[in-house]
Amino acid sequence: MSTLLEVSGVSVTFDGFRAINNLSFSIGDAELRAVIGPNGAGKTTFMDIVTGKTKPDEGRVIWGEKSISLLKLSEAKIAQAGVGRKFQKPTVFEDQTVEENLTMALKKPRGWMAVLTYKPTASDRAKVVDLAKQIGLTDALERKSGELSHGQKQWLEIGMLLAQEPRLLLVDEPAAGMTPEEREHTTDILLEAAKTRAVVVVEHDMEFVRRLNCRVTVLHEGAVLAEGSLDHVTSNQDVIDVYLGR
Amino acid sequence: MQRSFIAKNPSILIFLALLALFTLGVTVLSEGFGIGVISTSFVKTLGKTLCLCLIAVAMDLIWGFTGILSLGHFAFFGLGGYMIGMWLMYERTRMIVVDSLSQSEIPATQSEIVDAIGNQIFGVVGSSEFPLIWIFADSLFLQLLMVVLVPGLLALVFGWLAFRSRVTGVYLSILTQAMTLALALYLFQNDSGLRGNNGLSGLQNLPGVTASQDAVSMWFLWASAFALGAGYLLAAWVVSGKFGSVIKGIRDNEARVRFLGYSVEAYKLTVFTLTACIAAIAGALYYPQAGIINPAEIAPIASIYLAVWVAIGGRGRLYGAVIGAALVSLLSSWFTGGQAPDIPLGVYTIKWVDWWLVLLGLSFVLVTLFAPKGMGGLIDLWTDRRSPDRHGADLGPDAGALREQEAEQ
Ligand SMILES: Nc1ncnc2c1ncn2[C@@H]1O[C@H](COP(=O)(O)OP(=O)(O)OP(=O)(O)O)[C@@H](O)[C@H]1O
Ligand SMILES: [Mg+2]
Repeated sequence: MSTLLEVSGVSVTFDGFRAINNLSFSIGDAELRAVIGPNGAGKTTFMDIVTGKTKPDEGRVIWGEKSISLLKLSEAKIAQAGVGRKFQKPTVFEDQTVEENLTMALKKPRGWMAVLTYKPTASDRAKVVDLAKQIGLTDALERKSGELSHGQKQWLEIGMLLAQEPRLLLVDEPAAGMTPEEREHTTDILLEAAKTRAVVVVEHDMEFVRRLNCRVTVLHEGAVLAEGSLDHVTSNQDVIDVYLGR
Repeated sequence: MQRSFIAKNPSILIFLALLALFTLGVTVLSEGFGIGVISTSFVKTLGKTLCLCLIAVAMDLIWGFTGILSLGHFAFFGLGGYMIGMWLMYERTRMIVVDSLSQSEIPATQSEIVDAIGNQIFGVVGSSEFPLIWIFADSLFLQLLMVVLVPGLLALVFGWLAFRSRVTGVYLSILTQAMTLALALYLFQNDSGLRGNNGLSGLQNLPGVTASQDAVSMWFLWASAFALGAGYLLAAWVVSGKFGSVIKGIRDNEARVRFLGYSVEAYKLTVFTLTACIAAIAGALYYPQAGIINPAEIAPIASIYLAVWVAIGGRGRLYGAVIGAALVSLLSSWFTGGQAPDIPLGVYTIKWVDWWLVLLGLSFVLVTLFAPKGMGGLIDLWTDRRSPDRHGADLGPDAGALREQEAEQ
């Protein structure tokens, strides 16, 4: 398994506060990884750096076989390169239907001219219907996404991520505010997605992380505190002190 | 189930049908081609109103759909007017000059003619030289190209600089105001090459046309109606598909659109430039009907009025913008034209000429507070009540929808 993303020696300072402190992290081609850590550990900021929203003060972010540096690319170019992101707070386009949301996310040319003359092909439509089925929103395709429940919005956002067909999926607290059944469904979707691509999941809920059954990275004060299987990290004394013990 | 975008948006057909009806009605009632109930000057007012509706459609596209509150689109409108005005003035003066020189015994040389035209046009600003910007003024075709190229290029350069540095929100609005102000101040100068505060005049006289203003005013009304119809159709098409999804997404959550891989800046620039061109075409049709254009037309306040029209009409729906522009600008000319009766209150008489702006400002505040969807939102109320939720089923033939509307009238 080759490395898809390699973050090394990255630091970010906000107004003198070091949110990310010499962080190194790497993930392979088809790997599922959970990232846990206390509030303010820098999990979201880490995603901001990879997706180009925040530029780090120092460090490297290297992507893919050609070892491209993501630091030089704009958010849009990074997304086009194959990094998809789900935000902590569900962000879908509430004024538009589920179908429009998914269609916008479909992996298709992103230039304005191509988009202006775009006509959905039969296969595009089939893909949208298929995605809707996967995220349990088949009956809601024509509904404005603003009318959906909180959990459904989370799924729609995951569906939009899958529609992008990214090589790396960054998912920030996907199960927040979901019922136990919804959580289970979310686990299934993520496990399925991780078969063909790299997936990084940030989550606080330990039960959820356990079901993902994958390697775990613990962040604390902007750096990696421990890494390994869930059982391995949960028995680490440092992790118990800063995170689990509270 | 792939239906054309018109079939999906029956409101387009309704709009076009009403526009056609309106045009037909004015034609029948006009002095030029009908029974003479509507005066020629009112035909011009109506024709100008159609142009204002067109720029309102552009404003809705950039503000209502893309979320960029541009307070500078009247600069593009004015530039469009200047570009067509240059040809109108040049060509008409040339004809007069050629005519008067042909009386003389020695035939005039080409350069004598050009000098005489220059004298005529620039005498008021104490010059007779043709500035470089008039280089294409002798060709209608080239000058028509300038109508879209000059404002389009200005929008492209300005937009590129502004969007690339990610200027958004209020800051962008202020920047567009600054652009308008700078342009107006530049044009006010006598050596701007566009006759300073005299502006360009006599634009209502088409060179070489002997038809009366009764007829010419109708030609322009038709042209304006056609342009509004075409512009509306174009705007409706632009917002109907995936492009519409993306720009509405930019309006609602710009960052999210970026993370989907769309270059937000490129889209903003496209819409900004496109709407500038639409505004310019509207201006090029407006000023020949107004007869005169001067730098005061580009004053920053004009672009603010435009935003007020669209807000009152209802942004984010194209017909709302049209309704707002038509209603407010017609009311405005009624109130400020001294036609509205004064209201004597004993101690004080309300003169609408003075109080109209207060009324407009008040309605703007009220609409923003209590009806954020504007007057277009009222149409929503009406259609929602009339058409039960069909859960995405076919809306039925468009002809039926039309009949419904007619029955209501
Ligand atoms: N734009 C910013 N400006 C200033 N400080 C910031 C900014 N973004 C993040 N921070 C700070 O950086 C630290 C890390 O924040 P981050 O959002 O990455 O934490 P997190 O691990 O995602 O926490 P949570 O579990 O609460 O989501 C926090 O202390 C936060 O206040
Ligand atoms: Mg977070």
